[in-house]
Amino acid sequence: MALSGMRGLSVFISEIRNCQNKEQERLRVDKELGNIRTRFKNEKGLTPYDKKKYVWKMLYIFMLGYDVDFGHMEAVSLISAPKYPEKQVGYLVTSCLLNENHDFLRLAINTVRNDIIGRNETFQCLALTMVGNIGGREFAESLAPDVQKLLVSSSCRPLVRKKAALCLLRLFRKNPDVVNVDGWSDRMTQLLDEKNLGVLTSSMSLFVALVSNNHEAYWSCLPKCVKVLERLARNQDIPQEYTYYGIPSPWLQVKTMRALQYFPTVEDPNTRRALFEVLQRILMGTDVVKNVNKNNASHAVLFEALALVMHLDAEKEMLSQCVALLGKFIAVREPNIRYLGLENMTRMLMVTDVQDIIKRHQAQIITSLKDPDISIRRRALDLLYGMCDVSNAKDIVEELLQYLGTADFTMREELALKAAILAEKFAPDLSWYVDVILQLIDKAGDFVSDDIWFRVVQFVTNNEDLQPYAALKAREYLDKPAIHETMVKVSAYLLGEYSHLLARRPGCSPKDIFVIIHEKLPTVSTPTISILLSTYAKILMHSQPPDPELQNQIWAIFSKYETCIDTEIQQRAVEYFALSRKGEALMDILAEMPKFPERESSLIKKAEDTEADTAELSAIKSRTQQQASNALVVTDQREPPQLGMVKIPSVDHNSVSVDQELTQANGISHEVDHPQPDILGDLLSPLAIEAPPPPPPPVSEDDALALAPVEEQDNLVKPIGDTAERFHALCLKDSGVLYEDPYVQIGIKADWRGHQGRLVIFLGNKTTSSLTSVEAVVLPPSHLKLEVSSVPEVIPPRAQVQCPVEVVNLGPSRDVAVLDFSYMFGTSLVESKLRLPAVINKFFQPIPVSTEEFFPQWRSLAGPPLKLQEVVRGVRAMSLGEMSHLFSSLRLIVCPGLDPNPSNLVATTTFYSESTRAMLCLVRIETDPADRTQLRMTVASQDPTLTFELKEYIKEHLISIPTAPSMPQQPQPIASSDPGALLAGLL
Amino acid sequence: MIQFVLLISRQGKVRLTKWYSPYSQKERSKVIRELSGMILTRGPKLCNFVEWKGFKVVYKRYASLYFCMCVNQEDNELEILEIIHHFVEILDRYFGSVCELDLIFNFHKAYYILDEVLIAGELQESSKKTVSRLVSAQDSLVEAVKEETNSISNIIAQATK
Repeated sequence: MALSGMRGLSVFISEIRNCQNKEQERLRVDKELGNIRTRFKNEKGLTPYDKKKYVWKMLYIFMLGYDVDFGHMEAVSLISAPKYPEKQVGYLVTSCLLNENHDFLRLAINTVRNDIIGRNETFQCLALTMVGNIGGREFAESLAPDVQKLLVSSSCRPLVRKKAALCLLRLFRKNPDVVNVDGWSDRMTQLLDEKNLGVLTSSMSLFVALVSNNHEAYWSCLPKCVKVLERLARNQDIPQEYTYYGIPSPWLQVKTMRALQYFPTVEDPNTRRALFEVLQRILMGTDVVKNVNKNNASHAVLFEALALVMHLDAEKEMLSQCVALLGKFIAVREPNIRYLGLENMTRMLMVTDVQDIIKRHQAQIITSLKDPDISIRRRALDLLYGMCDVSNAKDIVEELLQYLGTADFTMREELALKAAILAEKFAPDLSWYVDVILQLIDKAGDFVSDDIWFRVVQFVTNNEDLQPYAALKAREYLDKPAIHETMVKVSAYLLGEYSHLLARRPGCSPKDIFVIIHEKLPTVSTPTISILLSTYAKILMHSQPPDPELQNQIWAIFSKYETCIDTEIQQRAVEYFALSRKGEALMDILAEMPKFPERESSLIKKAEDTEADTAELSAIKSRTQQQASNALVVTDQREPPQLGMVKIPSVDHNSVSVDQELTQANGISHEVDHPQPDILGDLLSPLAIEAPPPPPPPVSEDDALALAPVEEQDNLVKPIGDTAERFHALCLKDSGVLYEDPYVQIGIKADWRGHQGRLVIFLGNKTTSSLTSVEAVVLPPSHLKLEVSSVPEVIPPRAQVQCPVEVVNLGPSRDVAVLDFSYMFGTSLVESKLRLPAVINKFFQPIPVSTEEFFPQWRSLAGPPLKLQEVVRGVRAMSLGEMSHLFSSLRLIVCPGLDPNPSNLVATTTFYSESTRAMLCLVRIETDPADRTQLRMTVASQDPTLTFELKEYIKEHLISIPTAPSMPQQPQPIASSDPGALLAGLL
Repeated sequence: MIQFVLLISRQGKVRLTKWYSPYSQKERSKVIRELSGMILTRGPKLCNFVEWKGFKVVYKRYASLYFCMCVNQEDNELEILEIIHHFVEILDRYFGSVCELDLIFNFHKAYYILDEVLIAGELQESSKKTVSRLVSAQDSLVEAVKEETNSISNIIAQATK
């Protein structure tokens, strides 16, 4: 038995080993800790040997997972010992016991610095190792320059320099703001010429960190990397000790190729050619061999080469070669290679137009879904999810459903979620979608989140054709003996809404439906009971002519729950009971739910959220960047999907005000009175305003007005809400409020087709008196042809007039049309200039572009003025998801998968104008994960003006809310602070 | 980047841990518990990668000992797998056909060796020869000091005879 060389330590370790159970071990550890504590207390009697022995024991105890809350001082103090053996122990134990957040480390900084700048290279090594392993901010602040000096020093030996490189890497990675790397590109260029492969390996790691942070500064290093790679791949001048199973340092090869992936492209043709030669050699020359380690090492290199090929815009031929290789890999028996084959194929999906070739492997991938290894199953699931589209959705989703029955519990939720998303996105017909979700709930109810069944209800509500089918299906499931509670919820909801559509079928009379649903009530939880009560109320409403027996049964249930301890149930019971006695009113209130506003699937967001937990690949991310669904259009989503059962009549508020109060109290929020941009629905109805403002003071004489305090005048015409913000919002959507003040609300509804559009301006008088001298003049910019219909001079009390504007777009420009709007209220003139949201992006059509179309276009638009690039700073912080959301609101379609770098975005759109015809626009955004406030944007189109205008326009949206410099932001009331001017204006 | 290195026995006993990111002692215990549960139960013919909380754990079993390295998701798994093997070969060379007991009783030596292979969670040296040379140079430095001390104590011992 090899012993530690320290008798006391060896004895202690074997005693721990001999402990029969955890309890004994703890006792032994406690005893030892007590012993060490006493020994440390009278330090004088301790020899250096003792000290070393005790800190080793402490470290051993700590490593076993016990808390060691003393003795740090002793460990740290060993660092300043003069002799190597103590120093060595001090550095090592400190770096294991403490981490960068410990205050004790501060005590050591001076000693560490002295060791680093001192002449003793063994001390330098110890210090650099510790700082490299646990260095934090304070180390970075005080040591970075010294470490940098060591790395580039010509007098230092390789053993010091390679540690310095990694030490610097650690300090830079942790605190890039503290470590100054200005001008390091030159030094890096030199370091990449390094002959010693140990130093080169460490330097390459450092380089990867630097270049991932800011590749712009290191373009000059790119050819050097290619040189290094060539040297390794050709095995030129590689010492024997740096070949691993015959392969020239596979690690250095991998790192070098990793570094190259941080450059967006390789432009110099010679470098590019050389690089592709090497890559080709790796792709073709890697054979499967018997030796496991050799195999792993060569495939580590091969997979990195694949990633690099995917990153560079490689030739189609080479890409097909890659897919062929991956296709081979996913069929081999060796599990590691199969795992990596699946993983890389998923990455491949995002990169290039090889989806069709990948689809050929579908059967093989499905086999991997049943692999005994969960790691491989996960990869297969991810790949299937990523490769799913309309053509194969049915097969894949059905495969997933089948697998759901046998899948391990850890995977079921993810599986259910993904199946639901795919079914929604790629449903060939909606009844299939309903089938899938109901099957999901049936097979894996526990793993089906509420979002999933909310979603199916939304679909059914919004698609009338689907309602009888869904109701029938729900009815069928209720016949099954034991169904999951979620199934009870969804069936009850659907039958409450739509069972009357089935009424003629056998077993579907209101009574039958009631009976079968009510059977489930004793087995369900409280929230479900609330849903059932609503269903009963609906059934009651639908049973026409009323069935007295059914009515009594249901009323009995309502009165039973009127005393329920759960307030939600109690309230529903009370309200439904009261309502159902109201006869006609019941019909109004319990009528069928209106369609849901179309909204983004919350499932996709959920899939994104769980990403960290389930270790998803970026496939999901890329998916979310697509338009949310083929069936629903993205709109901004304010609240989580809420399924209230009660329709709130929105037209005639007065007649049902009591009931409205009732239903509002019912936990269903219906925001009526908020000046939010989306109250257009209200605006368009005959009486737009819920609560008219108090009537203005009856001012009719000029002198009375002149006497009124000026502030009050100001208040009279202050716009409600931020007008600039409203305009901004309307740039991103087609209807909403453009302007509002206490008297007037101006809404916009627009419809855009190609280079034409129709924009309707709604002018609503909110008050009970007329607005007179109304003038609305639209001032067109030169690139828009506008046809404006006239506006009546008077808007009667609480009325609304419409003013349609026909728009023709003549060419690309960011100029805006302005609505000059004024009216008299009483005797005061209110005037405002408002920008109209007939902006450039309204003439976009987001047409997706395939890779085949994209890349030739991208390349053919070589540079300015057709392709413009700019680094944008001061970008408002948003995640990539938010950014792609913004882009879709701007009608640019985000094309996931075109750019291999997950922090980049590629988007396309088609611009329409009379002069330019349909014109493809391509946008690429490269973000910096470390610094969200800056990004690089490249915009290309075949028209230089378009390119420029689009670039500027996107920039405005990325930086902040755009503001047109010459445009007054706020409507300018005539009332100013000078009473004289005020009067003058009035006269 | 390697977040941490774990050596765990088949029975779930910790043999060596090295953390390149700050984890509290509580977090460390939790990580070890979770990963032992996942890795030790895996069958022999499965792949060497386990996905865990947005990270990947690359592991390999050598006799009764599991060597695990936790890396970022985008890292090259096979590269890490061979770093493990590289480390094992160096241990083997140093101890001469290394076994679990060597590492138990010489965990401090294993730390020294690991520090020559990895720093900051990155590979520092890919030449086994260089690592072995550096580690034995350290050993002889320690020995030299010991002899020096011994000789001094001999002199003192003789002088006080």
